[in-house]
Amino acid sequence: MSRFDPTLRDEIIAAIPNLRAFAISLSGSVDRADDLVQETLLRAFANISSFRPGTNLPAWLFTILRNLFRSEYRKRRREVPDSDGAFAATLTSNPDQNTHLDFEDFRAALDQLPPDQREALVLVGASGFSYEEAADICQCAVGTIKSRVNRARKRLGEMLALDDVSDFGPDKTTRAVLAAERT
Amino acid sequence: MMSDDHSEGAAAAADGMSSSPMGGGKETALGSEIQAKIGQHLRAMYDDVVRQGVPDRFMDLLSKLDKADTPSGEGGGRK
Repeated sequence: MSRFDPTLRDEIIAAIPNLRAFAISLSGSVDRADDLVQETLLRAFANISSFRPGTNLPAWLFTILRNLFRSEYRKRRREVPDSDGAFAATLTSNPDQNTHLDFEDFRAALDQLPPDQREALVLVGASGFSYEEAADICQCAVGTIKSRVNRARKRLGEMLALDDVSDFGPDKTTRAVLAAERT
Repeated sequence: MMSDDHSEGAAAAADGMSSSPMGGGKETALGSEIQAKIGQHLRAMYDDVVRQGVPDRFMDLLSKLDKADTPSGEGGGRK
């Protein structure tokens, strides 16, 4: 009989795809990201008794992964630049040419963000964590996370605003929806 | 939380993108369009990885961990 609660095990498995996506955004490399996820799973199982049932399992796993990255991977981070980009290497779909160009610009801009800002932006903007959860994961104040996310958005906006705006912006329908939401 | 209400979380994040919770001043229309696009691209990248599911190496790893965790250890009587 395993000491691991099968439900907990299933929840850990369910979190793996998100852990990978987060790890790729941190490490800039798919291979390194998967090593990071593997180490995270080993740590999680070794320390499963320190997880309090009923609390936020994904946040707990993300915290382990981030701490591992900070302690073991930080020095090596992006020392070998991935010319094609880590996210591009994972692309399974074939976006049309315009979308692809947008994507290229975006990836390049994201790569230029300071790690703290990129991490905060990904946790809040893609992983779906609240500011409070992201602050727990990054072990900093909620205000710090908000500030990092805002700086990240501002900086990305500045970098991307230099591109051809008519190509970059949403279509008319999306504009209308956005305009309606703003009021 | 991560798997089930991901879209909900994403929607909440999208709201954050366009309304800039800490921003203070009004954004220009152009700025908010770009912010919306940033949110879309960010999630598209992320979700593309998420959609790949769980690679075999991790399922194998978890199986090994489960086996290693049985009292009689490797090979022997599991369950």
